[in-house]
Amino acid sequence: MYAQMVETGQKSVRALADMSSEERAFQQRIDADVKVEAADWMPDAYRRTLVRQIQQHAHSEIVGMLPEGNWITRAPTLARKAILMAKVQDEGGHGLYLYAAAETLGVSRDQLIADLHAGKVRYSSIFNYPTLTWADIGAIGWLVDGAAIMNQIPLCRCSYGPYARAMVRICKEESFHQRQGYDIMMKLCQGTAEQKAMAQDALNRWWWPSLMMFGPPDADSVHSAQSAAWKIKLLSNDELRQRFVDQTVPQADYLGITMPDPDLKWNAGRGHYDFGAIDWQEFHDVLRGNGPCNRERLATRVQAWEEGAWVREAALAHAEKRADRGDELG
Amino acid sequence: MSNEWPLWEVFIRSQHGLAHKHVGSLHAADAEMAVKNARDVYTRRNEGVSIWVVRSADITASSPGDRDALFDAAKSKVYRHPTFFPMPDEVKHL
Repeated sequence: MYAQMVETGQKSVRALADMSSEERAFQQRIDADVKVEAADWMPDAYRRTLVRQIQQHAHSEIVGMLPEGNWITRAPTLARKAILMAKVQDEGGHGLYLYAAAETLGVSRDQLIADLHAGKVRYSSIFNYPTLTWADIGAIGWLVDGAAIMNQIPLCRCSYGPYARAMVRICKEESFHQRQGYDIMMKLCQGTAEQKAMAQDALNRWWWPSLMMFGPPDADSVHSAQSAAWKIKLLSNDELRQRFVDQTVPQADYLGITMPDPDLKWNAGRGHYDFGAIDWQEFHDVLRGNGPCNRERLATRVQAWEEGAWVREAALAHAEKRADRGDELG
Repeated sequence: MSNEWPLWEVFIRSQHGLAHKHVGSLHAADAEMAVKNARDVYTRRNEGVSIWVVRSADITASSPGDRDALFDAAKSKVYRHPTFFPMPDEVKHL
């Protein structure tokens, strides 16, 4: 998902018997659905895992601005351009809500950004794929934001208050993103044969990476059980992935385009769609930095940060000068 | 060069007549920039008609460790709630 394979620092789920009295009280409050707030005592591993998870999530929002920003100047109409700008601005806002939530855990914004730039912390694998045509903007909104919503709605109920509240804000805005994407796909699919082919091509390229967003299969997901006990992961990777497939296939049917998966078929017995094997080698390659756009994405972020340094310094110097002079609003 | 802009807490009044409510935080070099950033970050969909910003460092908060001492006392004073006093059905307007 936006936060994939978040390490918990634990080899197995902590048992109540192994816990200190403080930790046991903490786990019991979580079990009773009491929210953890920033100033509350929490185990170090919970704090570190949350920082990693929220940070990955925040970086994904910010890096996620890049593939779509790529099409702002080339959107087909002025209305589409204004809508895409609003969408990309929302992604920036989502990153900011999440950075602020991570900072409540005692890390600085500069440190979070330094970790991203040093390659110490990942962002979602999905943003390392290129946006080759306008239809990709439709496919991203429909599939990538659709997958994100699937993951983020349960996170509105997660145990850490500041993260849960940030997710509530994000979810309210995310639905616009998915609909604007589907709207682009509808327009293309109702257009010329060439336009419809473009929509199909975008679906072909984004479908499998979208399924990978949910992370490795549950059997290989070593940290999920502890995160579930802490209620910072509420549904399993495979469960979310299945829900996503089930909800998305009929949407493709409406568009008259098809998933690039010959094994995809309705299983009446299970009441779910069966789907083909995911190429996990590709997923791990992308996470390791070898996707089509990893280097470009990170280099763009670093460049923006470095080239903005003088603005940050000048604004601070200006504020300090005004404060020294005793100006109002100083 | 780690010279971070200070952190500000943002409060938004959603409609006239309601109180400002905490919505989140952001970084800004000064108060004026904090208001402008709050507008961009927290009111992109007509969420508010008024913004307050205050430096996070200027907020004094109660400590979670004091929760029982501060708030438990009220739990035993259930007579502060009107439902503590059963009223006969035939008596109206109470």
